[in-house]
Amino acid sequence: MANEEFPLKKVCIICAKGAIEDVYASLVMGNGAVMEGIETKLFFTFFGLDAITKKTMNSLHTGVVGNPAMRMPGGLPFPTLLGIIPGVEAGVSAMMRSQMDKLDIPPVKEFLEMIEAGGGEVYACKLAMDMFKLKKDDLWEGVKDVLTIGQFYEKCGGLQTQIIFT
Amino acid sequence: MAQKIIAGVTVEVNEEGYFTNPEQWTRVLASEVAQEEGIQLSDRHYAVLEFLRERFIKGENLTIRSVGNSGITDIKGFYGLFPGAPMKKAAKIAGIPKPASCV
Repeated sequence: MANEEFPLKKVCIICAKGAIEDVYASLVMGNGAVMEGIETKLFFTFFGLDAITKKTMNSLHTGVVGNPAMRMPGGLPFPTLLGIIPGVEAGVSAMMRSQMDKLDIPPVKEFLEMIEAGGGEVYACKLAMDMFKLKKDDLWEGVKDVLTIGQFYEKCGGLQTQIIFT
Repeated sequence: MAQKIIAGVTVEVNEEGYFTNPEQWTRVLASEVAQEEGIQLSDRHYAVLEFLRERFIKGENLTIRSVGNSGITDIKGFYGLFPGAPMKKAAKIAGIPKPASCV
């Protein structure tokens, strides 16, 4: 069996989006890999930088406009027009975060700390930092380094390694 | 279902070596299973194992976060106690099923 013969040894995850669901996809996969004893590296770029920026990391939003999978509590479709009312997106996002908390899914900062505690590494994209005029000081203190994509790829070498883009 | 003799006791286990009957667990068995995993159990290990067993018996989710909030050890310490895949290893040694949680 290929699975037993060549188990995953390293997972490199690139997070380029800043909505709750995109960031959590990366964090769950990252933390899940760490928990399995797999070497784990996360690279945050573009809007994904929000997840490792002190000011924004714990107040991420989800898109309530143009999201066909969005439902009201109870399962009715969520009307796009409702989403344009000020405060609705914030309310829906807060509700999502509280639902996650009930499942023991931690807030972003705590989740990153869990990944770090298990030996996972978190990196920020230099190009996107320049674009958004962010400094290293603006980032969560656990960010290991600010890298170019080439430098990140250098860290992604080796057999039984996968790069995941979310 | 398989059986395994650990420290002279016949224990019901699944194909991955997890206890299928958590009531068969004892501290002596834990110490034997831990040695197979290359771990020498300390009091702190036992405290974690008992915490996990308690949560399992109460039907609560076994998450790495709950261990971090247990007051026994922080998450980094948990990785230190059960190196590699701490949740899986600890569950195996604690005589409870493999955790089905993603966090």
